[in-house]
Amino acid sequence: MKILVPVKRVVDYNVNIRVKADGSGVDLANVKMSMNPFDEIAVEEALRLREAGVATEVVAVSIGPKESQETVRTALAMGADRGIVLEADGIIEPLAVAKLLKAIVAEEAPGLVILGKQAIDDDSNQTGQMLAALLGWPQGTFASKLVLGDGGIEVTREVDGGLQTVRLALPAIITADLRLNEPRYASLPNIMKAKKKPIDLRSASQYGVDLTPRLTVLKTAEPPVRPAGRRLASVAELVDRLKTEAGVL
Amino acid sequence: MTTLLLAAHDGASIKDATLKALTAALAFGDDIHVLVAGDGVAGAATEAAKLKGVGRVLTAETPALGHGLAEPLAALIVALAPAYSAVLAPSTSTFKNALPRAAALLDVMQISDITAVLAPDTFERPTYAGNALLTVRSADPIRLITVRTASFRATPAEDRAPAPIETVAVPADPGLSTFVGDAFSTADRPELTSARVVVSGGRALGSEEQFKAVLLPLADRLGAAVGASRAAVDAGYAPNDWQVGQTGKAVSPDLYVAVGISGAIQHLAGMKDAKVIVAINKDAEAPIFQVADYGLVGDLFELVPELTKALG
Ligand SMILES: Cc1cc2nc3c(=O)[nH]c(=O)nc-3n(C[C@H](O)[C@H](O)[C@H](O)COP(=O)(O)OP(=O)(O)OC[C@H]3O[C@@H](n4cnc5c(N)ncnc54)[C@H](O)[C@@H]3O)c2cc1C
Repeated sequence: MKILVPVKRVVDYNVNIRVKADGSGVDLANVKMSMNPFDEIAVEEALRLREAGVATEVVAVSIGPKESQETVRTALAMGADRGIVLEADGIIEPLAVAKLLKAIVAEEAPGLVILGKQAIDDDSNQTGQMLAALLGWPQGTFASKLVLGDGGIEVTREVDGGLQTVRLALPAIITADLRLNEPRYASLPNIMKAKKKPIDLRSASQYGVDLTPRLTVLKTAEPPVRPAGRRLASVAELVDRLKTEAGVL
Repeated sequence: MTTLLLAAHDGASIKDATLKALTAALAFGDDIHVLVAGDGVAGAATEAAKLKGVGRVLTAETPALGHGLAEPLAALIVALAPAYSAVLAPSTSTFKNALPRAAALLDVMQISDITAVLAPDTFERPTYAGNALLTVRSADPIRLITVRTASFRATPAEDRAPAPIETVAVPADPGLSTFVGDAFSTADRPELTSARVVVSGGRALGSEEQFKAVLLPLADRLGAAVGASRAAVDAGYAPNDWQVGQTGKAVSPDLYVAVGISGAIQHLAGMKDAKVIVAINKDAEAPIFQVADYGLVGDLFELVPELTKALG
């Protein structure tokens, strides 16, 4: 079985982003970019399934600017077998990404697609669900545990009240939550090896998918800043202020 | 034009998250229909019929819907959506799972986690862990929307003549998934996303035993829900559904007490809408103090029991 893992290039999670003063967007100049952390978890899970002998090949695919090759290269350094980059500039919304991924699925015929549950830049939490819909496949989102059995997969999901387990027919879509695994670091030899692994760079436009955004961003703004609070000297003072000043007790 | 509101409920009654999403739905100014999908929903439907602005309640019942499975729930939403100009749902895990699936089948872009309705086609939503607020306008004929409940006040039920309740046809289950089981925390506590007070613990608690021994008495004293940082959940000190933050739950209680939590942007994303924030941390430089109204610098293992006692 082949596993397809879509990976997104995003602002590194440690970066404190800045909104441009004219409200036209987020300043991405000279900002450190990395693989979306949830996608690292997705790559790791795919590699573990290959190492367990359940999967035979792990293919990483990224949609975005040319530099997305670096993100795919990171997946290859972790251990993925080969990569695909669909080059596209500007905002590519989850719906368009899902349509492009559907085309890749048609070419690659994977038994599983494992994605991150959300990208930490636009925080949409949609792509995996949309891809499942377009393919008519079942979806196991927010996964914290996968158990592959004959013809199906059992997915334990992180839901509001705790955990839910569902059984899905294959092929299926999985989206990774934080507790699915702890992704490995790429070792130096594997980083070297990854340089020789193939990345197929294509133009996203060749798939005939309309990439025009459905949502127009009219403005990007900083959130309101909370006024600085105060340090208190004692527990007694805290209780007093919560009662009298804040009125929350 | 009519707005369809998807209700979060437990069968017997409507959840607070629905009352918050209703506030967003009311901002459209249109008639509202409420869909109560599940398995045994009579109580919840009766409650929904008395909500403000609701002109009709639709019920749909099957065992698969009772477990909120995405495939049949999305199929149901797709069948109903064309009659509406907007479909809104609270950002619960059930709707975060099912609504994007319905959106793709309808060929529309979902608008995730809105924090304000500016016009029937224009919304505000957070990105980058809440560090950039976008104003977006949708060009789609039907707007599919999840509502960030922490950003809206609940609209309470009204004393009114109930709206009619009607049963809708449920499309055949695509049969792609089956429910196996669930493990829900059964703690006798307020729900994290609707509690008036939340006490949250971080990595500093050191173990599951200490997390419980130190924080639960304080939470009990305050009638609070309990939350946690990702680090505390990853380490197994607290269950996954207690995680507060960008990729966990967003909360907006009157009082949020952060204990041994450093205040990473991913954590702040889930709690900085709280009315009053208290931070207890031994590091005076911890970023949590930048958003805290009141800070105590010191050892939580001394300060928290002292606070619990002082409240007693
Ligand atoms: C993709 C992604 C998603 C994430 N999503 C979330 C999320 O949703 N929610 C979330 O919380 N995090 C999230 N994180 C993690 C986040 O970046 C931080 O790592 C995490 O919030 C840190 O948790 P913490 O504050 O408990 O631990 P730490 O940062 O280790 O802080 C522990 C704090 O305890 C204090 N301390 C230690 N001992 C004591 C003592 N005896 N008394 C008092 N204070 C003490 C220390 O001074 C320190 O400030 C995410 C990260 C990534 C990459």
